[in-house]
Amino acid sequence: MERRHVLVVGNGMVGQRFVDRLVAADDGGEFDITVIGEESRPAYDRVALSSWFEGRSEADLSLVDASFVGSGRVDYRFGRTVDTIDTAAYTVLLDDGTVLGYDELVLATGSFPFVPPIPGHDIDGTFVYRTLDDLADIKRCAQRDGCTSGLVIGGGLLGLEAANALRALGLDDVHVVEMAPYPMPAQLGEGGGRMLARWVDSLGVQLHCGVAPDHFEAGASGTVERLVMSDGTEYPCDVVIFSAGVRPRDQVARDSGIDVGERGGVMVDDTLATSAPNVWAIGEVAVHRERVYGLVAPGYEMAAALAARFTGEPGDYAGSDLSTKLKLLGVDVASFGQSNAMGDDIDEIVYNDPVNRIFRRFALDAATGRLLGGALVGDVSGYELLTAVTLGQATQPDDLPAYILPASIRPPDEGTLPDGALLCSCNAVSVGTIRGAVAEGCTTVSEIKEATCAGTSCGGCVPGVTTLVRNELQSLGVEVSNALCEHFDHSRKELFALVRFHRYRTWAEVLSNHGTGRGCEICRPTVASILASLSNGYVLDGDQSSLQDTNDHHLANMQRNGTYSVIPRVPGGEITPDQLIALGLIAKDFDLYVKITGGQRIDLLGAQMHDLPGIWQRVVDAGMESGHAYGKALRTVKSCVGSVWCRYGVQDSVGMAIDLENRYRGLRSPHKLKMGVSGCTRECAEAQSKDVGVIATESGWNLYVGGNGGRSPRHADLFATDLDDETLVRTIDRFLAYYIRTADRLQRTSVWLDSLDGGLEHVRSVIVDDELGICDELDADIALHVDTYECEWRATLNDPERLSHFVEFVNAPEENTTPVWIQERGQRVPA
Amino acid sequence: MSRVRIAHIDSLPVDRGVAAVVSGEYVAIFRLADGELAAIDHLDPCSNVPVLARGLVGCVDGTPVVASPLHKQRFDLRTGRCLDDPNVSVRVWRVEVIDQTVTVAAEPMTVAVEPPAESAA
Ligand code: SRM
Ligand SMILES: Cc1cc2nc3c(=O)[nH]c(=O)nc-3n(C[C@H](O)[C@H](O)[C@H](O)COP(=O)(O)OP(=O)(O)OC[C@H]3O[C@@H](n4cnc5c(N)ncnc54)[C@H](O)[C@@H]3O)c2cc1C
Ligand code: SF4
Ligand code: FES
Repeated sequence: MERRHVLVVGNGMVGQRFVDRLVAADDGGEFDITVIGEESRPAYDRVALSSWFEGRSEADLSLVDASFVGSGRVDYRFGRTVDTIDTAAYTVLLDDGTVLGYDELVLATGSFPFVPPIPGHDIDGTFVYRTLDDLADIKRCAQRDGCTSGLVIGGGLLGLEAANALRALGLDDVHVVEMAPYPMPAQLGEGGGRMLARWVDSLGVQLHCGVAPDHFEAGASGTVERLVMSDGTEYPCDVVIFSAGVRPRDQVARDSGIDVGERGGVMVDDTLATSAPNVWAIGEVAVHRERVYGLVAPGYEMAAALAARFTGEPGDYAGSDLSTKLKLLGVDVASFGQSNAMGDDIDEIVYNDPVNRIFRRFALDAATGRLLGGALVGDVSGYELLTAVTLGQATQPDDLPAYILPASIRPPDEGTLPDGALLCSCNAVSVGTIRGAVAEGCTTVSEIKEATCAGTSCGGCVPGVTTLVRNELQSLGVEVSNALCEHFDHSRKELFALVRFHRYRTWAEVLSNHGTGRGCEICRPTVASILASLSNGYVLDGDQSSLQDTNDHHLANMQRNGTYSVIPRVPGGEITPDQLIALGLIAKDFDLYVKITGGQRIDLLGAQMHDLPGIWQRVVDAGMESGHAYGKALRTVKSCVGSVWCRYGVQDSVGMAIDLENRYRGLRSPHKLKMGVSGCTRECAEAQSKDVGVIATESGWNLYVGGNGGRSPRHADLFATDLDDETLVRTIDRFLAYYIRTADRLQRTSVWLDSLDGGLEHVRSVIVDDELGICDELDADIALHVDTYECEWRATLNDPERLSHFVEFVNAPEENTTPVWIQERGQRVPA
Repeated sequence: MSRVRIAHIDSLPVDRGVAAVVSGEYVAIFRLADGELAAIDHLDPCSNVPVLARGLVGCVDGTPVVASPLHKQRFDLRTGRCLDDPNVSVRVWRVEVIDQTVTVAAEPMTVAVEPPAESAA
């Protein structure tokens, strides 16, 4: 069979997809394929371009296997452009003078970013956002000394993404300038666009809509310094990104006499043929039925259709649907069908929730009630079905109006819950019952507990009850105090400041100077935690012993039958075979139930109080120490295997996890602290679900803060990128020290961050920019901890006096209670 | 009534409890910061586990209480009444210091704990 030579111009997403399809379908080896790519590297995932800033490497983003490039199946020529096409001679001329012949020529040259001709648009420090090289240039510019402000021209999808990237690169002051009155007008319409604007505001990007840029001005160094608007307003900008739309790269076609569309783009028919014989065009460069697509999916459909045609399965390309669902700056946004249809013949159903920033709109044909399209912001649930309905692929549900409600809405504030809603499921107490109790005079959670039993079982509903009571009191006009409990008028934060200022070392001092009565199960552990954070002494010395919850008091967690669990520290999840054997032997000798915890360590359960010292002696002898599973303190630093073993790892995540765990072990805090370190963006350590998450990048570490699992899981927020070891540790030091000083009792870092005025930005201003001038103190807080850390179990074992309270009955040291055990799957468990 | 010797007063931790065996039963004894002593059942009636001596002590409107270490229900150390569940209470034992030695009566007191209103029927 005669072989045919296919020449592909452009190695972007669509050109490569075409090659993949053609190679896969060409089992007879009919085609020789040459690819000319202007960029210096094989095609990569442009859609995920921004993730390069978060540490995904070039190799991660690549769409072409390195072995395939070298295999010779396709002749790739990178860093070359096609300058002109001789459509009569069937040849192309490359920029280095090479002439290549072809049987079929496929244009897949994509688009270029449009740079509006604003005077000064070409001053140094201005960029577009299209290629990996662009991103590398932007990064270099944004991270140079003195670069603090960034500006993006264009508030569309890409513009917002670029703005986010500038924030992640460490710029505090990021502006987006959009000529339309709100972002993404074409896709989202007014309601959706304005809701998106709210999201953008909340993410710390300053969005200016309905404004017109006049010119850029350079500073003394010759690089861009500010944008002046037509009304004279000025925005500072040390780095500028243009994101004002794209234009098809049709120059080669124009220069070669191939027909282009009125507004640009190489004209193709339904077979994707251009006006020249055996020349085809696919992807963003093609204009089909007067339409140019700026999305990858239509390009992929074209690539598939053309490859099929070449291999003898011709099917026409009939145009693509423009429905899309995206995550923009982490915000879910979708539009489908005629998303923005308006007018007399259109009915609409709208859900607009400014508090949770959710907007959902359906456009219906007024005559028939048929769903034509819609826009979804903040909650895109139902998108798949709705799109199918508008495309006629699914029948329209009878209860379509119900779909306007967001299915994935966060649990609303208890204050707005209906009376019938159940708040405490253990005790079947409804919101209405609690409202009733407040109306009858209950003002504190303990009074509510007494009156309704809510919160007296698992306690999981107590935060909800607290919020509800507070909201109810507020709505009744009662002044709500943030007092810890009936014994202290202060919040935890105020108390922390007082203890620190007066240098109190005992509960007696704190209580007599600032409290009343004997304290209680709320204020005692709170003060215990504050004293421990500030002095880092042995937590059971002096009168602190009387403050510790039973778990801290026995340095072990009490289980349902009154026995305890033993969880030694296993830093970073790394454990030696000998330690593993030692734990097995200990468990055997004391008949303990063994379980691997969710935190990468080993739990020995069912220890009786009097056995704890004996068990811990052997744990300590095996070279291990307290894991503080019982304390409001650092729990674990979870890690993946990282670069030492894993073929993808780019940093030693285990080493870093162990360093962090050893640094912060035993650090007492308002609530427990969890951390994670992953060796690359695959994130096997789930660092983004931790209070502090660290993810390796090729040049350092990305730091995430404020994540947690538990009752209301929350993803951590990206706080800083590409930190070196030292800066990483210093930033975490300060983050923790500031949290410990200012958080409420039992407030995880996520809730703390949400409660701060200014949130993450505020924290950044305190611990990075040192706006309060306390960074030295925060550093010293942690230094004191690191310098004076001592394993609590070792300290206990070395002191007979401290050991004395591990006796179950003071007047009968030999006597012990015996819980009832049963055997399950070969181990002993409570009956 | 006979008394059982428990321990020297100085060996009892302040504002905390200890457990003791009295007439074959488990009793939780508390030594409060102001010198007051209290003794109640060690068995937590809410969980049926002997742990009350390991709870945190404190006060509610001046009344000394201990909170169960398992689920934090609070018990009035003087009456044994559970503040968080009117249907629950523990027994109270008479405790006294004789010659620096803490002693507990061999039998629990019979304290009139008000019956909860709704359980009258
Ligand atoms: C043992 C373990 C379960 C297991 O067998 O895997 C466990 C057991 C307990 N967890 Fe947990 N959690 C364990 C991993 C987790 C995880 C998973 C993780 O860390 O990756 C989570 C979700 C992640 C998170 O915390 O963000 C988790 C979320 C909770 C929560 C909910 C926290 C929240 O913010 O909503 C509680 C309740 C609390 O702390 O108030 C809790 C509380 C508890 C307590 C302490 C409840 C109690 O007071 O008795 C349990 C007793 C521990 C013990 O040893 O007696 N445990 N717990 C895990 C110990 C890990 C370790 O090695 O230290
Ligand atoms: C940051 C970013 C985010 C995006 N996000 C999304 C998204 O979420 N969803 C979505 O659907 N789309 C998104 N897009 C758009 C998507 O990337 C494009 O639709 C897609 O890349 C188009 O593929 P293409 O092959 O037509 O063009 P391109 O991928 O641009 O490839 C064209 C290639 O041809 C090369 N070339 C041009 N001229 C010549 C020549 N004469 N000789 C040789 N080589 C030449 C170019 O250098 C380029 O490498 C995003 C784009 C960017 C930049
Ligand atoms: S996160 Fe997963 S893939 Fe990445 S280095 Fe760790 S183990 Fe390997
Ligand atoms: S849900 Fe209220 S106590 Fe468990």
